[in-house]
Amino acid sequence: MIELTGIVMAYGQARVLHGVDLALPKGSVTALIGPSGGGKSTLLRCVNLLGIPQAGSLKFAGGQAPELGDIEVVFDGRGRLRRDVILKVRRRTGMIFQAFNLFPHRSAVRNVMEGLTAVLGWEEERARARAIELLTKVGLGGKTEAYPAALSGGQQQRVAIARALAHSPELLLCDEPTSALDPELAAEVVETLRALASEGVTMLIATHDLRLAASVAREVAFLDKGRIVESGNPQDIFARPRQERTRAFVSTLTDFVSESMGI
Amino acid sequence: MHWLKIMLDSFWPFVAAGLLFTVPLSFLSFVLGLGLGFLTALARLYGGKGLSAVARFYVWVIRGTPLLVQLFLIFYGLPNLGIVLDAFPAALIGFTLNMGAYTSEILRAAISSISTGQWDAAFSIGMSWPQAMRRTILPQAARVATPPLANSFIGLVKDTSLAAAITVPELFQSAQRVAAATYEPLVLYSEAALIYLMFSSVLSALQSRLEVRLGRHLSPLEARR
Repeated sequence: MIELTGIVMAYGQARVLHGVDLALPKGSVTALIGPSGGGKSTLLRCVNLLGIPQAGSLKFAGGQAPELGDIEVVFDGRGRLRRDVILKVRRRTGMIFQAFNLFPHRSAVRNVMEGLTAVLGWEEERARARAIELLTKVGLGGKTEAYPAALSGGQQQRVAIARALAHSPELLLCDEPTSALDPELAAEVVETLRALASEGVTMLIATHDLRLAASVAREVAFLDKGRIVESGNPQDIFARPRQERTRAFVSTLTDFVSESMGI
Repeated sequence: MHWLKIMLDSFWPFVAAGLLFTVPLSFLSFVLGLGLGFLTALARLYGGKGLSAVARFYVWVIRGTPLLVQLFLIFYGLPNLGIVLDAFPAALIGFTLNMGAYTSEILRAAISSISTGQWDAAFSIGMSWPQAMRRTILPQAARVATPPLANSFIGLVKDTSLAAAITVPELFQSAQRVAAATYEPLVLYSEAALIYLMFSSVLSALQSRLEVRLGRHLSPLEARR
């Protein structure tokens, strides 16, 4: 179980998150939808401490690696945390990005090995075996030595997924993982994420991709102006939103197709 | 063929002066200057108000005053304060300070050119700031910085001729001495120029090889860019 409580985040005077609560039970897949600038990316970045909130707390409990123990990070507004606290949180989280952010100067397998050898101090051989296992799992067993520039966007994002999973995190954070891809390449990535979801990987996915939100996620949270307006299962949020604001946003995602097709 | 004999007789002494003084002076000042430049770039980028201001001041002074005047200050001026330096170390200090200022701007630009997404990715897999810098940012920044750094290095090799003015017996000073004795300035300075050209050609060749090496991960389209 991963729990965010009362997360407040501001950049200078601009408040981006106004006390967000979110619980991510083990094995759950939550889609975070909402307009750009509504705080989705910021919230994701608070979970692995790429951004440090001004207030609130973050709790990891009962993870699959008991030796890591439970942790609770309480944000005191000073904006600084000890390196070992940050490392504990990052050890439990993996992240993929809209722009993939693969290391361009390293081959696919080296990208996946990087954290294992440089951060966790694994032997080269062991890290390579683990990386090849993960690349095979995301369907790239034949591309291990390719540099990112030689891969399609969908393949790059799948390498990124393998990299994010290398250290066996409890939570996979996905920041608009399909937004930079054409529909076919996006489908590859959706398929990969769906497979991970069915294996029980806990995920938090910020997305505008209906397919991803409706077919992979089992929980949808609508985030607008730094507040979670409504959350529930995908059917309810997309078909029967309770809040007017949710209805307005969801209709921009769904009505377009039916309107333009005249159905 | 009087001039040809002078040229041949002086060729090896000139090359020797180059190898003994021009090359070590260039190489040492470049390496030390690059280190100084890196620290200065870090101070500018991440040093907070105080350090950044110090770095900015240093670059401003060094870039804004002639190198020859700096060399004279160090070699002829500092003795008035009781600091007496031999010619070679004085030149080394002057050139290092100079390289530090120019390369700091190159490195600052190269480091800033790497997208913040690379930092995010490095941090997200648990790297510390120094690890992210060393393993992720610098290898990519190095490719961006190579052409302008090679520019500076080649410029430095030629600028070491200024050390002749503070009595360093480098290549150009040898040429001056022989020219004064033989009254053949055209021949001898042409010869000196040719030897400088030789040295910098080696550097240009090294630059090309380094660029290929640092860019081998790029697609053909990106590599041409």
